[in-house]
Amino acid sequence: MSDLKTELRRSLDLQPVIVPILAIVAALVVGAGAILLIGNDPLEAYSALLRGMFGNGDRIAASLGRSTPFIGASLAVAFAFRAGLFNIGAEGQLLVGATAAAWVGTWAVTRELPGAVSIPVLLIAGIVASFVYGAIPGALKARTGAHEVIVTIMLNAIALLYVRWLVNSQDPLLLRDPASTVPRTATIEDSARLPEMVSSEPPLHLGFFIMVGLAILVWFVLQRTTFGFEVRTVGTNSAAARYAGINVGRTILLAMAISGAFAGLAGAGEISGTSGFLSPGVFINIGFDSIAIALLARANPFAIIPASILWGSMLSGAGLMQQEADLSIDAVRIIQALVLLFVAADVIVRTIFRIRRKEAGALETTALASGWGSQ
Amino acid sequence: MRLGRQQTIGAVIGFVGLFLLGYAAPNLTDESRSFSFERPPDPLSWTFSPGIVVATVGTVFALTAVLTFVDREDGRYQRIATITSGVLFLPLVVVVALALSDSSSTNVVQLIVESLRLGTPIALGAMAGLWCERSGVVNIGIEGMMLGSAGVGFLAYAVLGGANSVPWLWFAIGVAVLTGGLIAALHALMSVTFRVDQIISGVVVNLLALGVTGFLRSEVIVERGVTSGVPTSDFGFPLLGSIPVLGEQLFTGRPIFFSMFAIVFASWFVLFRTPFGLRIRSVGENPHAAETLGVDVVRTKYLAIIIGGCIAGLGGAWFSMESQGGFQDNMTNGAGFIALAALIFGKWRPWTAFAGAMLFGFTRALGSRLQILGVEVSTFEIPSEFWQSLPFVVTIVIVAGLIGRAIPPAAIGRPYERSR
Repeated sequence: MSDLKTELRRSLDLQPVIVPILAIVAALVVGAGAILLIGNDPLEAYSALLRGMFGNGDRIAASLGRSTPFIGASLAVAFAFRAGLFNIGAEGQLLVGATAAAWVGTWAVTRELPGAVSIPVLLIAGIVASFVYGAIPGALKARTGAHEVIVTIMLNAIALLYVRWLVNSQDPLLLRDPASTVPRTATIEDSARLPEMVSSEPPLHLGFFIMVGLAILVWFVLQRTTFGFEVRTVGTNSAAARYAGINVGRTILLAMAISGAFAGLAGAGEISGTSGFLSPGVFINIGFDSIAIALLARANPFAIIPASILWGSMLSGAGLMQQEADLSIDAVRIIQALVLLFVAADVIVRTIFRIRRKEAGALETTALASGWGSQ
Repeated sequence: MRLGRQQTIGAVIGFVGLFLLGYAAPNLTDESRSFSFERPPDPLSWTFSPGIVVATVGTVFALTAVLTFVDREDGRYQRIATITSGVLFLPLVVVVALALSDSSSTNVVQLIVESLRLGTPIALGAMAGLWCERSGVVNIGIEGMMLGSAGVGFLAYAVLGGANSVPWLWFAIGVAVLTGGLIAALHALMSVTFRVDQIISGVVVNLLALGVTGFLRSEVIVERGVTSGVPTSDFGFPLLGSIPVLGEQLFTGRPIFFSMFAIVFASWFVLFRTPFGLRIRSVGENPHAAETLGVDVVRTKYLAIIIGGCIAGLGGAWFSMESQGGFQDNMTNGAGFIALAALIFGKWRPWTAFAGAMLFGFTRALGSRLQILGVEVSTFEIPSEFWQSLPFVVTIVIVAGLIGRAIPPAAIGRPYERSR
């Protein structure tokens, strides 16, 4: 009888769900204090924010649309984390993927093809471009030991500059739309647009479900395939991995390239589903936010979905908060930081709400920072 | 003889040398070019023929390439060759670019001054990271520490001092330094006391700084109508300012730039030549052994992180009070991450990290100089983005080609738990 009871209690273990929710509550309380401090009404602000996030069907769709690229890009960061690599380069990889997609989408051939062909072609273009761009830091790390953090930071800046050149340049004319007065690429063919589910602003398009599928795929690859096992082994202990006969260099290269491909898919999806063209200065900060989201989700592919939705919807709802409660959009950034802080510092939350840590849970808190180490 | 990395580099250098000798030198313009070393009206200058200079450099490259293949156990020749060609490479770029451009002269002094100036925040950020990471705590929050103190410092200057008085400027720089220390204390509280993953803690710092400064700017600084202030131009060093050629440009109006040298020196001295520094480094390598020897690990980490934060705060003050005299959203614009790269580039050592920061400053200054010169390769004018990407490309090439594996402090990233 007592066995059954403990068994039941174990299967009903709600701690992994309850603790993050309490952490969000704690973050909101501290945030409310900050809002009070500058003389605004926190309840009014939060109510406006909440309505902005999920107030009606349209807003929910807009929030999900806003979250879509975050899922792909944070999966990229998370995947690299699992291989013990710190990919700061999602920002640049996403941009490269988006550029490739925006270019392929304007080919006249795409007009002749049905959507079932042209959409995959466009997405694959983004994936391939970022796979290659992501492979650069991986190859350099594997061959020369160059630290992936340095290389990806530099590649972010390089991607930003060269994409700006591709889109801005008039002589030679590269990707710039000659018909447009502002620097941007031509709009991609209609057949290459991902179908919209709800035409909210931004729209909820098929890309969202592709990203959810990607999260499941990442989980499957990591947990159920030999390659995933190799990735995780290299991530936990590269010396042991080498001793066990795993080709560490190859795993690092592939992990980094695949990570880049995820970010590229996110970028291509945005071009195909949301904007339809590329202009310089879009997608700023998606890659950096994705680092925060991947950390929020502790690099767990499933947890990335709710974490991305939380992140995207807060950004999407911030506009209404600004209108109604006269509070700067930056307040949302502060709340996001507090959420991340309290979710990460579950010691604080557990102390406040008196939840005892289970011994088994201690294993889950692997130090992501081990990615700093030399491999 | 093994064909290792040195030999590969040697082969590359050799090809570059032969290319310079055989193709570049004969095809460059015959007109002479000159470097000037001072501001007009009294320029000191050195006039040269680009073809001859390039041919000379090409010969040196070819010779050093041969050196790398001369086998010696200790690899001394290889190292000499690599360093020689590395040092010669950037002046070569300047000469070739000048030869390809329309202008016949460029001011070298300004180029040097500009490189040092642009390297300042990077060097300060790298020192901030050095203190923190040597104590075994990852710091990707340098960006946030700099941005936060740039914003809060300028706020103090604009709101309290009305952005027009020099004493308040000094006060505001002090506020920026303290803000950096305070943000670092938050990083320490999270990562040392609450044992939050150190990368998360750093990301939290970055996000908070972005949000809080954006908020302060739109709600307070803009409301007050103060967006710019006087830069620190009144400040000068009386003796150093009179050094010929470089003195006047280097040592007037740049107190933070000048103190950067002192801070790099002090960081090296304290961390590597004093018992306190030894304690910090031992905590970063093996905290349990340090504790056994009586070092208070937690206190040492807190101190190191906060000192680093104060240095980052000064770096932030450079942005809003020495460089621009104003505050814009996200004005550090990734400099904290570049500083982190310089730190890793320098393998967690002060002088090499400083060199990394200065290399970055130089390539940036060079890039913008070449952009102004308008370099053309057979009627194709090289776009400005190519020049702007120069620092990043050079960093990758150097990290991958010459630096290789960098080994961080042994206990970095691991939360410290007192041994029982």
